[in-house]
Amino acid sequence: MTTELTLDAPRAPHARTKRGINWEKWGWIYMRVSGVLLVVLIFGHLFVNLFLGDGVSQIDFAFVAGKLSDPFWQWYDFALLVLALVHGTNGMRTIVNDYVAKASVRRILHTALVASTAVLLVLGTLVLFTFDPCPAGADPELVASFCEDIL
Amino acid sequence: MPAKASGAGAMSSSATIEVPVPRRSVIPGGTLYRGNEGMWSWVLHRITGVAIYFFLLVHILDTALVRVSPEAYNIVIGAYKTPIMGLGELALVGAIGFHALNGLRIILVDFWGVGTRHQKAMFYVVLGVWLVLMIGFTPRHLINVFGG
Ligand code: HEM
Ligand code: HEM
Repeated sequence: MTTELTLDAPRAPHARTKRGINWEKWGWIYMRVSGVLLVVLIFGHLFVNLFLGDGVSQIDFAFVAGKLSDPFWQWYDFALLVLALVHGTNGMRTIVNDYVAKASVRRILHTALVASTAVLLVLGTLVLFTFDPCPAGADPELVASFCEDIL
Repeated sequence: MPAKASGAGAMSSSATIEVPVPRRSVIPGGTLYRGNEGMWSWVLHRITGVAIYFFLLVHILDTALVRVSPEAYNIVIGAYKTPIMGLGELALVGAIGFHALNGLRIILVDFWGVGTRHQKAMFYVVLGVWLVLMIGFTPRHLINVFGG
């Protein structure tokens, strides 16, 4: 007795057999959502720092102090930091998966990516929220003009 | 002779399927990623993404110098104002401009009903808008770097 062979129609939806959260899908969605937000944040960052005023030549400690003493720019930079760094790291993960065939090497590179991202997220966040625009004993020539009342 | 098969019924333990030999590959005229605009936009997107990533690593460290001292920050940021770095910033802005605009194109290909059909046209829109942005940015940046 022979049995009929049944084949799924071409392009029939592929049923996921693995249970749990589909991280790969959420990563894919994250790249797109963060991308849209980053267009606004990065163009704004470059516009203020590179285009307005004197562009790069205006940037110094006092310039940064003027921005980071304003909570608006603190939170702006925080969003930029988190969204860009996680987007970039996830993109690098994809590239490692594409080119590194050996599982052990892949593991090492993934660990390096996660570790460096974690360190930079903590460092960058601390810088933004513990920044002192008028450090005690600083050269008055180098700090923002509003420090005169304090120093 | 049609494909002979024994299904995975309760009785049988093995399945045999005769499949025709695959045809020799011919380069397809148009897929989204192989050849032409679709591929080159992907290559550029990947290269610019990696470049921006490594810039960002360094950039978070140089910004962190504001927590060290005003002097330390000013010395390092001074390096960004030299002519060579000025050209580097131009390249960086060019890379980010392309990655951002092409990223929006990718998103439209994925979510816009007719996005796939218009991916080629959208690539030329990306290049056009990119060119306009760079024409607006470049002279001003060069004056800031080389002028007074
Ligand atoms: C300016 C706004 C940005 C937009 C709209 C954007 C958009 C995108 C999109 C949609 C993808 C996914 C491509 C895919 O799944 O096929 C992607 C990948 C990637 N992005 Fe971005 N991105 C932006 C900024 C950045 C930044 C700031 C970085 C670096 C820190 C970065 C690094 C990467 C990398 C490394 C990839 C992986 C490339 C690949 O797999 O070929 N992107 N980007
Ligand atoms: C040559 C171009 C650039 C210049 C001159 C520049 C300049 C600066 C300056 C002066 C600051 C200090 C704080 C502020 O102004 O808000 C800063 C911080 C920051 N920038 Fe940029 N930037 C550039 C490109 C970028 C790009 C392309 C990205 C994103 C991929 C980026 C991400 C950030 C982040 C995340 C911070 C905050 C760092 C922290 O948390 O300590 N910047 N940048």
